[in-house]
Amino acid sequence: MSNRLLAHLGKAYLGLILFFLYAPILVMAAMSFNASEFYQLPFSFSTEWYERLWKNDEILEAAWRSVWIAVVVTVIATSLGTAASIALFRYEFPGKTVLQLLLFPPIAIPWLITGTAMLIFFFGIGLDRGTPAVIIGHVALALPYVIVVVTARLATFDRTLEEAARSLGASAWKVTMAVTVPWILPGIIAGGLFAFAVSFDQFVVSYFLSEPGDSTLPVLIYTSIRKGFTPEINAVSTIIIAVSMGIMLLAARYSNFGGEQ
Amino acid sequence: MSSLSARQDRIRAFTLLSPAYLWLTVAVFLPLSAMVFFSFLSDVPFGDREWHGTLENYQEFFQTSTYATLLWKSLKLGLMVTGISVLIGFPCAYVLAKVIKGRSREALFLLVILPFWSNSLVRIFSWAIVLRGNGVLDFAANAVLPWDVRINLMFSPTAIVIGLVHSYLPYVILTSYLALQAIDDSLIEAARSLGAKRRTILTRLILPLAAPGILAGAVLIFVPVVGSFMEPRLLGGRRGTYYGTVIEDQFVAVFNWPLGAALSFILLAVVLVILGAFSPVLRRART
Repeated sequence: MSNRLLAHLGKAYLGLILFFLYAPILVMAAMSFNASEFYQLPFSFSTEWYERLWKNDEILEAAWRSVWIAVVVTVIATSLGTAASIALFRYEFPGKTVLQLLLFPPIAIPWLITGTAMLIFFFGIGLDRGTPAVIIGHVALALPYVIVVVTARLATFDRTLEEAARSLGASAWKVTMAVTVPWILPGIIAGGLFAFAVSFDQFVVSYFLSEPGDSTLPVLIYTSIRKGFTPEINAVSTIIIAVSMGIMLLAARYSNFGGEQ
Repeated sequence: MSSLSARQDRIRAFTLLSPAYLWLTVAVFLPLSAMVFFSFLSDVPFGDREWHGTLENYQEFFQTSTYATLLWKSLKLGLMVTGISVLIGFPCAYVLAKVIKGRSREALFLLVILPFWSNSLVRIFSWAIVLRGNGVLDFAANAVLPWDVRINLMFSPTAIVIGLVHSYLPYVILTSYLALQAIDDSLIEAARSLGAKRRTILTRLILPLAAPGILAGAVLIFVPVVGSFMEPRLLGGRRGTYYGTVIEDQFVAVFNWPLGAALSFILLAVVLVILGAFSPVLRRART
């Protein structure tokens, strides 16, 4: 086979993979505009499910809760994570490698284990389930991502800039705020967007930590699907996936992820 | 002077680091310890419940074959999903890294990775719409094929595998892509000019060099799949009982937390053994 032919086959294969990845999502989106309640084809256009969604207080409340939890998580995780990244970048101290390794359990251990462990512990110390427990859990899951993304940006930072500012008489705090933070700002923004996505899309941990009737949007969707699904869930799912893909596109712009440096 | 500044540095590092690590301790490390503690209890130590230390929860795992069988079933599911994802994903990563050139590569790569960062629950739900009887797949097959077919993959092991491969495929594409990109094109050029056949280049050059990336992707898929419960629940229906769904039940339906904790801890042990065994590979793939 000639190289040109192989290259064309390769591109066709890539197209097939993209089809596999996107087809179900597009079908779901299309079905949310289909008039039939039972997803019957042929297709006839309707916005009825979105209109119903607008009047469904349970879903709207859960959506609102998901958004503000994600905002709180983003603010906390981004500030704590950025501070930790700067320390890990700037200082040498014993035990540093251990601290870096400790970032991996929240990412690598299945959320089922982390989620059930959090449930046991928070219940044990009297915090119980509910929104505070969900926020504490989400921040812990988002922190490692923020630290990884901000650290990657810090790796491109020229240390001599800090030294120069210091030798000109700036205090450590001033150096951080006026020199370091502005340089790594794209990394901080990307880390924040990751944190938002981790929280907004998080299902497993929220599922174990939220109070029935007081749940986030993914948890509400899960319980609704198990009861038998409706096009309203379809409509809200379409909105969610559009939002989370939009956020990740933004994060990609700021973090350079995937692209060559 | 230098020891003074070293001490100052240490204090500054501590101040910057402690909030994040305190948070991780309270939200992850203490809970994991509490889970281990709970797994040795006869009942939850809340209110005026009677409880004492016991090994019963672990005995239940080892004496009845139910849980071990389910764990084995989940491990097999993990192997299957991982195998399929690697087989499908590696060629895709290869095309991205070595065939496609220029600006379109970045965009295509982003397009492949994007679904991975979107809501996994919603993506599983979207498969439920596609796979159900009278669903889109059924309709499409009947529109294309001349004879009457009935496709209803919903609530079958096949549906679970499809959903999980869809969820985790981007992982292995990502790690293989990064490994393949690190291979210098001139190396491949050199092998070719020395007369190596395409197959020899693949098996003796590209695969060995990309192996850490492929393995890292495989581990990153295997671990969460073994602990999955939402995917088998939604796509497997009543046939979707796996190790993960049994743990879920202990916490949200049966309320046998100590048994659930023991089962979770056994899963954690399995996961840690796997991560430990592959940690040299994972570390190499990261750099």
